[in-house]
Amino acid sequence: MKKGYKNWGPPLLLVAPTIVIIGIFVYGLIGANISVSLSNRNSLLPATEFVGLDNYFALFAEERFIHSLQNLGVFTVFFIGGTMIFGFLWAWMLDKGVTAEGVFRSVFLFPMAISFVASGVVWRWLLNSAEGDRASGLNRIFEIMGLDFLQNAWWSEPGWGMAAIALPAIWQLAGYVMALFLSGFRGIPEELREAARMDGATEWKLYRYVIFPQLSPVALSALIIVGHMSLKVFDLIMAITKSIYQTEVPATYLWVALTANDYAKSATIATILLLFVAVVIVPYLIYTARAEKRQR
Amino acid sequence: MRKPLSIIAGAVALGLVLAGCSTTPSSDPDNANQVEVFTWWASGSEKVGLDALVKVFEEQNPDAEFINASVAGGAGSNAKAALASRLEANNPPDTFQAHAGAELTDYINAGQLQDLSSFFQENGLTDVFPESLIERITVDGAIYSVPSNIHRANVVWANTQVLTDAGIDPMTAPADIDAWLVDLKKLKDAGVETPLALGTEWTQMQLFENVLIADLGAEDYSGLWTGDTAWDSAGVETAIAHYGELLEYTNSDFAGLDWDAATQIVLDGNAAYNVMGDWAESAFQQAGWTYDNEYTTWATPGTDGVFDFLADSFTLSVGAPHEAAAIDWLTTISSAEGQKAFNLAKGSIPARTDTVASDYPAYQQTAIKSFGEDTVVSSLAHGAAASIAWSGDISSAIGKFGADRDAASLLDGLVAAADKAQG
Repeated sequence: MKKGYKNWGPPLLLVAPTIVIIGIFVYGLIGANISVSLSNRNSLLPATEFVGLDNYFALFAEERFIHSLQNLGVFTVFFIGGTMIFGFLWAWMLDKGVTAEGVFRSVFLFPMAISFVASGVVWRWLLNSAEGDRASGLNRIFEIMGLDFLQNAWWSEPGWGMAAIALPAIWQLAGYVMALFLSGFRGIPEELREAARMDGATEWKLYRYVIFPQLSPVALSALIIVGHMSLKVFDLIMAITKSIYQTEVPATYLWVALTANDYAKSATIATILLLFVAVVIVPYLIYTARAEKRQR
Repeated sequence: MRKPLSIIAGAVALGLVLAGCSTTPSSDPDNANQVEVFTWWASGSEKVGLDALVKVFEEQNPDAEFINASVAGGAGSNAKAALASRLEANNPPDTFQAHAGAELTDYINAGQLQDLSSFFQENGLTDVFPESLIERITVDGAIYSVPSNIHRANVVWANTQVLTDAGIDPMTAPADIDAWLVDLKKLKDAGVETPLALGTEWTQMQLFENVLIADLGAEDYSGLWTGDTAWDSAGVETAIAHYGELLEYTNSDFAGLDWDAATQIVLDGNAAYNVMGDWAESAFQQAGWTYDNEYTTWATPGTDGVFDFLADSFTLSVGAPHEAAAIDWLTTISSAEGQKAFNLAKGSIPARTDTVASDYPAYQQTAIKSFGEDTVVSSLAHGAAASIAWSGDISSAIGKFGADRDAASLLDGLVAAADKAQG
């Protein structure tokens, strides 16, 4: 018995502060947030009663919230699609062997070092929707190049405007996805390729049956990382457009509700966002936990 | 090896403790001479104005110690969040800045503000502030804040050169929105592509409220906020139609421009008009333009004789640790001397009607004159007319209209927002 305590005691003591702090500041506050979202704390006044899921039903009945979800959907599709396509393409090209690979790697990775707010300020100007005489940014470049037909309203466009907001996000994170894929490519032993070629596989078949299956864990991690960043997007939108209806996503709506002192509503949006992220992340965690077990 | 490390660790810990008790004066409830004033005036002309105000305050109250609890950033949104958590923790500043009018509703309902009507009586403020202003800031017979500076939101800033070139007399304002639309068409036909400059969501809201005042008149407009005027009335529908027509004459990139970028279009001569609050004056001053020469202003067509006001004001918190000193601060703010010092620095006008107009620059003189004579109504875009949640809903409906131009959906949105707020 005493021996048992000696075994698990000191390590537990060592991690205890972390457990307590995470318990309070992460899980405790998630709990507090959920409990506010179930109350009628819609103003500065303290909550008076438990209202169950009323706040959630009210939110999903709101045209404005649905609109913010649609915006988030468009943004996520383009953001994930763009980063995955460009990230893979760059990694593939680098893997094929280029001179000065280090230079290209850095060039593609550098945008990641910039914060969303800083790049948002620049892209706010690049994505200015004025056309003709007052055009600036990208529209101006198109005009100078004689490509006037390419000038467009960018994010001011109703409907697909959010795809324009995804541009800077893709620009920033495609390099990161490239780095992930590149390490994936490098992790595939040369022997496997050689063996496939010996067996008479065409280049396409080599990729389809040898390389892609080896890359799928990397692709999954990239998808999860980019996906959860996309769901939380806030700073980029605040920097480019501020919080306006046209580019509203749940995270910016949450902020608007908070500044209007509607605590219950903002807690509700926060909980919904947490659930969205959990839907993406939890299956991944289960998958990796199983994979680790199998390896043991 | 081990010892030096622990010494460094100890030194760092000590440093942290010392940093904790930093040198900025903190509020001490036992020191009756202190007054802690919470604002978001932390930079620019607002900071200069606050400093001028503090100087007058310290002259009038030599013993007083002013504690500046300003929170910078986000046009006050950071400050409001910080304030909310202080009020929540029952640790209120003695007095805090807030937009006068309906934006105070949440604090009033939460019982966080003291009634200042006796303060207004004792200092004779009910006589020197315009009656219609007092009416606007009175809630159920009580007044909860002291306005420090007044801005006007129904002003058209016009580029005289652009107008003269199109054969329009810049010095006479069109009589109403219809007449204005005729002029806008004339400008467009003369080759001015975007005669009316517009900016992001709140500037759209401000233009819309101007059209509402013009089409409904002061009384019915004020009724919108009390429930006396129905939102689904014919007048509101006309206003929406007018507003939609006005948008046809604006710059297409308005959703992405802040107000100063919109005003810049007028300065660049690419637009003739911009509807903006009178803080735009500083942009014209900086460009070196003179009033009634390169630029001129008039009340938005159809709103002549109406003063669409917004104001910063100061409150007295419930449970203020230094109540007497806070009242001294409010006295300074409302005094002729304090208001003059502050407003000359900030570029706004005093709330008092006994102001000597000749002390102020040309534009402010016109504003002071109108403020004394006109009917005062509350601005929607700046928190005077509707609670934060309500104006947020309206803002979102107007932002949607800016993208899809669906008049029926805007009307539905406005009616729904009013029902929710007045529910």
